[in-house]
Amino acid sequence: MSTENRYELNKNLAQMLKGGVIMDVTTPEQAKIAEAAGAAAVMALERIPADIRAAGGVSRMSDPKMIKGIQDAVSIPVMAKCRIGHFVEAQLLEAIEIDYIDESEVLSPADDVFHINKHNFKVPFVCGARDLGEALRRIEEGASMIRTKGEPGTGDIVQAVRHIRLMNQEIARITSMREDELFNRAKELQVSYELVKYVHDHKRLPVVNFAAGGVATPADAALMMQLGAEGVFVGSGIFKSGNPAKRAAAIVQAVTNYKDAKLIAKLSEDLGEAMVGINENEIALLMAERGK
Amino acid sequence: MSDNTKLNKKIQIGVLAVQGAFAEHRTMLEKLGVETFEIRQLRDLNQHFDGLVLPGGESTVQGKLLRDLGLFEPLRERIESGLPTFGTCAGLILLAEKLSNDGHTYFATTPVTVERNAYGRQLGSFYTEENFEGIGKIPMTFIRAPLIQHARQDVQVLATVQNQIVAVRYGNQLGISFHPELNNDLRIHRYFLESIIQARTQYSISA
Repeated sequence: MSTENRYELNKNLAQMLKGGVIMDVTTPEQAKIAEAAGAAAVMALERIPADIRAAGGVSRMSDPKMIKGIQDAVSIPVMAKCRIGHFVEAQLLEAIEIDYIDESEVLSPADDVFHINKHNFKVPFVCGARDLGEALRRIEEGASMIRTKGEPGTGDIVQAVRHIRLMNQEIARITSMREDELFNRAKELQVSYELVKYVHDHKRLPVVNFAAGGVATPADAALMMQLGAEGVFVGSGIFKSGNPAKRAAAIVQAVTNYKDAKLIAKLSEDLGEAMVGINENEIALLMAERGK
Repeated sequence: MSDNTKLNKKIQIGVLAVQGAFAEHRTMLEKLGVETFEIRQLRDLNQHFDGLVLPGGESTVQGKLLRDLGLFEPLRERIESGLPTFGTCAGLILLAEKLSNDGHTYFATTPVTVERNAYGRQLGSFYTEENFEGIGKIPMTFIRAPLIQHARQDVQVLATVQNQIVAVRYGNQLGISFHPELNNDLRIHRYFLESIIQARTQYSISA
């Protein structure tokens, strides 16, 4: 099969995930809870971002055995993270037939200059971005899905909001540009003219764009959807909360009916304790600064 | 008939929009000149609709949301009583009477046995071009796709790939393993509108 076909198929899988919630899980039991609650996919990792943050040190790709245990436990797609630039970790994830690789700033970067050449892989990649330039650079490298970086493991939605607003503003600006201005914009964003032209013509990214990093409540998820996200990743927000199954199911419904305030108010009742959360100015490590 | 022919404006299609690639189906149908709307909750069923689309996505998610949102029983009754329904991928799973590798079933209105994720994980996803009964060779995109292992005798088989059934029609129900909404080819959507919806209503083609 041609490389181009494979890339299309990988973008297509992201299209199937739209309107869905992708949940971080660390065990097969959690994966089953997530699936039963209506997760469209799960992200298998040894430690959720809040714990990575608390533990400090270098964080790496998870044990393949642990990931396989989760693959066996559920029928929905299973994603896993590799370090930015660590193409061998990505090769291992491809070898165990992961459905999606997240080249993620949540783990410690393995390369402070180069991202993975994702065109060399048959499995799809999702990457984080804070602005349009980062998003298009990752797409140029072969990412078939984008998510906002937000700030993982904080339970604070402010950065994810900032990132998606910025992306929307930059897309709107390109859309309104004259065609002869696009060449210079491509140069400024350090991406090809073709990608900028696509954004100009279609008023959107060429791949699906999810929200991630700080979603903790049904209202957070609906906020990101109303701001234009096509689906939501929830990391620490579910299994760091008082009643994971109930909160997960409520977030899933809030994403489907993200404009129905009455319903979301009802879904938000009695969810138990939300994850504690850390404010932006209290964090020592900004993961979103990794991998530009 | 050319691709530019518009079907009668009065046809209204409800597209299940609880999760998945529903926007792509709406785009295809609107190119054919019909009106569409999204079904996200019970009150959306108050509108009139001549046909229903069950899009691709994750069947476990869609099945759960159908129940949580109270949509399941009203939609099942309508499908069973003859509402033209077009399911792709996850939508086919929702329609299947039996799932060979899953204890759940959903609407269970099409007498076929379906295997979920029959081609494996994402690495098994593929693109091909094969014949579709009455249409000819069409593009087929399979994404972590199911296939139809067995169809009852009164189910019409519309397409096969590698000797496996990938498209069936049972009465007014059209169930397809692959994703005609992902390739820029309107012929299967047109088949649904013409052969299934128009055949049972008085709508005419307004060329």
